[in-house]
Amino acid sequence: MSNKKKDNITSKTASIIKATDLPKATQKTHKGLNISEDELLELYESMQLQRRFEERSMQMYQKGKFGGFLHLYIGQEAVSTGSVYALQDDDDMITAYRDHGMALARDVSANECMAELFGKKDGCSKGKGGSMHFFKPEKHFWGGHAIVGAHLPLGAGLAFANKYKENGRIAVCYFGDGAVDQGSLNESFNLAQLWKLPVIYVVENNGYSMGTAVQRHSAGNLHERALAYGMKNGRVNGMDVFSIIEKMSEVAEEVRKTNEPYFLEVVTYRYRGHSMSDPANYRTKDELEEYKKIDPIERLKTYIFSKKVAGEKEIAAIDERVEKVVLESIEFADNSPFPDEEELYKDVYANDDFPYLT
Amino acid sequence: MAQKQFREVIRDAIAEEMERDENVFIMGEEVAEYNGAYKATQGLLDRFGEKRVIDTPISELGFSGLGVGAAMNGLRPIVEFMTFNFAVVGMDQLINNAAKIRHMSGGQVKIPIVFRGPNGSAGQLAATHSVAYESLYGHFPGLITIHPSDPYDAKGLLKAAIRDDNPVIFLESEQMYGMKQEVPDEEYLLPIGKAEVKREGSDVTIVADGKLYHVAKQAAEELSKDGVEVELINPRTIKPFDMETVIKSVKKTNRCVVVNESHPFAGVAAEVGFQIQREAFDYLDAPVQRVTIPDVPAPFSKKLFDAWLPSPKNVIDAVNTVTYRN
Ligand SMILES: Cc1ncc(C[n+]2csc(CCOP(=O)(O)OP(=O)(O)O)c2C)c(N)n1
Repeated sequence: MSNKKKDNITSKTASIIKATDLPKATQKTHKGLNISEDELLELYESMQLQRRFEERSMQMYQKGKFGGFLHLYIGQEAVSTGSVYALQDDDDMITAYRDHGMALARDVSANECMAELFGKKDGCSKGKGGSMHFFKPEKHFWGGHAIVGAHLPLGAGLAFANKYKENGRIAVCYFGDGAVDQGSLNESFNLAQLWKLPVIYVVENNGYSMGTAVQRHSAGNLHERALAYGMKNGRVNGMDVFSIIEKMSEVAEEVRKTNEPYFLEVVTYRYRGHSMSDPANYRTKDELEEYKKIDPIERLKTYIFSKKVAGEKEIAAIDERVEKVVLESIEFADNSPFPDEEELYKDVYANDDFPYLT
Repeated sequence: MAQKQFREVIRDAIAEEMERDENVFIMGEEVAEYNGAYKATQGLLDRFGEKRVIDTPISELGFSGLGVGAAMNGLRPIVEFMTFNFAVVGMDQLINNAAKIRHMSGGQVKIPIVFRGPNGSAGQLAATHSVAYESLYGHFPGLITIHPSDPYDAKGLLKAAIRDDNPVIFLESEQMYGMKQEVPDEEYLLPIGKAEVKREGSDVTIVADGKLYHVAKQAAEELSKDGVEVELINPRTIKPFDMETVIKSVKKTNRCVVVNESHPFAGVAAEVGFQIQREAFDYLDAPVQRVTIPDVPAPFSKKLFDAWLPSPKNVIDAVNTVTYRN
């Protein structure tokens, strides 16, 4: 590639939302948001678990413990952790293929998650789904979906069922900025607004759809896609867990009350390439460093220290605990058996004696 | 002659045709600035500029349909799908529009477009990313479906596809992009719809396309050590299918195994088996056998995945069945 071309790319991507231009973070303190001191530490632990889990899973991938694609969520942990805090445990969640963080935040165990990455029997999808297809319906976590945009109608469907059953639950459907371009977004939005479905659509705008900066793939402002349908919408800082908690709580309450959908744009950033094979040459080091300066985990830690909720020692104890959980998950995954070959023919149809053609 | 990778000859074929005809252009996800998800389009943006090498949003239905419209109006688009697994999102445009508009317009509209990209499974990509589509596209009249097995065939066939006035589905086995082969320096084209007898033999005919051709070839080599001589046919094109070459071979060997990466039901292997029994029933010494992936979605787990994808052993077993060596 000629230098001229490289400059070109840099200049195009440099107009990505700068960390300094993010939507303003909330000014509220944890007290103002009704977050207890114990909960503050839990928020920290949740984000730290996701970060460490993924750092280790990257190592395991490099060691050849498993293959396929590995997309890391590192940088976006405030979104998963803040959302789960703001929602009820039985509200439904569904997301795209960058799903480890969301699953861990929803309390799918590190053991089950790591075993799934390893393709083992004790994985959260019995080793049949892998990194992109974590499932745990018991926790109202409806997967990991690898076809971009394909789960947007499913989000509407989850909400439809909740409204139908009048159970008071809402559904939250997460997707990347790349998915905004799919036709499925428009069809889902139309149905959700027309039929007044209790669903929150959350776009995690991390600036890039694979190697394509958001303004090179999408016309207009993302959250304004809702306008054509008369759908309520908003935009929030995704690097600050308090901002997510505040906004998601507000939106969830309103959606629960009104049975009307909402489209929330969360501005965030992914630190790693799109997947393990992507060196992320399409963005500048400066841009990445700018975001690392407002890292969601460091930010919360600083807050915790400043409010004297905990000291270095207590935080170190959490970090150690998290590290232990992650290392144990690797041992667990290593020791879990591979599925038996007959498993190929199970879980395809509801009846496991289905007559297969050979 | 130079050794070239599969991905390089795809790029060369596109570049040569873009050079030759200014109406040829290419678009798809990450084909330009990123140089292609599988690097098949590396360097094309620098060479031809952003008017003719175009990054699209993730909107398979939109850009494949846009391609059809552009082809109706005089251009010759090459549309890359990051994999054919994502083409499913745009399937309406391929099947209801690209395949049918010529017929519905009474032949007034031609649609010279090539949809190309990786097909089939790669390591541990799970159910949504591992489907081999040759049987599906072969099903629809109006489409040409090509499934080459090596760089030489891929280059000659892709150039022919770009010059063809029909919509062509050009399937590149995802695991073959790194495969190397000697390819002529001078220009060549291969005819669409012609099979190649890759190896002559008297005992059994094996028909195998795409990457499974190599699995069949390995089986044939092992069988030869055992005194079983395989006649190995690579169809290259799935639609139109060169049945004549297959029937001629079966009349000689009296036995046939079809190897194909799609699911078995209503697939390429089913069709070839049917044609053989209709055209060469009296010549058969054993029922035709097939080796395909099982009738289940692709699993993630390595152990299950290895069991799922056909192996040379599966092919040898099928040959043993038709030769009654079991
Ligand atoms: C329909 C479809 N097209 C293409 C792809 C390949 N692909 C997977 S992820 C991706 C980029 C998606 O980016 P975005 O939605 O912004 O999510 P992020 O990776 O930022 O989390 C692409 C092109 C796919 N999985 N599905």
